[in-house]
Amino acid sequence: MSTPKLNVNANEAELIRLVCEGDREAFYRLVQPYERSVYMTAMSILNNQADAEEVVQEAVLKALAALPRFRGEAKFSTWLTQITINEARLKLRKDRRHLYEFIDEQQANEEGDCFPKDYADWRAIPSEELQRKQLREALKRALESLPPKYREVLILRDVQQLSIQETAQVLGITEGCVKTRLLRARFHMRDALAPGIDGSWMRGKFEYEKVRPW
Amino acid sequence: MRVIEISCLEVWREISNYIDGEIDADLRARMEAHFKICAHCKAIYDGTKNVVKLVGDGVEYQMPEGFSQRLYEKVKNK
Repeated sequence: MSTPKLNVNANEAELIRLVCEGDREAFYRLVQPYERSVYMTAMSILNNQADAEEVVQEAVLKALAALPRFRGEAKFSTWLTQITINEARLKLRKDRRHLYEFIDEQQANEEGDCFPKDYADWRAIPSEELQRKQLREALKRALESLPPKYREVLILRDVQQLSIQETAQVLGITEGCVKTRLLRARFHMRDALAPGIDGSWMRGKFEYEKVRPW
Repeated sequence: MRVIEISCLEVWREISNYIDGEIDADLRARMEAHFKICAHCKAIYDGTKNVVKLVGDGVEYQMPEGFSQRLYEKVKNK
């Protein structure tokens, strides 16, 4: 008899039971609702489509092998995300191209305060602007310029809408650390997107007054 | 109730937590009072909130063509 699966809904529990009896199709049905979100998670760390796809496949196969040991202390999606993050980090470490970035990050001081670089007031950007290709590209570039440890927190929280507690759990860091990294990530994005720094997408009829107190 | 003042530096430190509703009522009241008198912090707050919305609405990673099918094959043929 298996232990009750605490955080698993009835449908997932049934699929898990079928998988444990050897039903592969059931496993795919279990994973499919989360394939986009785990792909995003892998992308947030690896920033490369082919690598992210490979990592998701490996993570999913690992989850399949480990499923009989899944006890439902976390939601299935959280557990799968956690495995994906581990795989993505392994891949990063294997590919030495990120070695320097990794060292830089270790030296970076996370205790100190973090200042917004620019005081431009750009509250007025309407969401319709998102339709514009330029803004999407600016967003993408800003995201790529984030160090991976900030990017992963930002994607998990602000795109995938995980709670602070879930984000801390899947990344294996404290909630305080999630909050600190999130602040830095958001300030970095704000600085990178503020008109006047890289504001070519905002020229034309929009005028932003710079507010510089110092 | 008298609201104790808060510095710009403290406000910046907590802006992200303020947006997420991760601060207590007392700190929230102090920050709100600060935003009324400090245009710079208000601008930083508005911009940061805007970023959260833009990222939430606008960041998407298109899955590569055939991604689901290849994943399905992997699982089936394992």
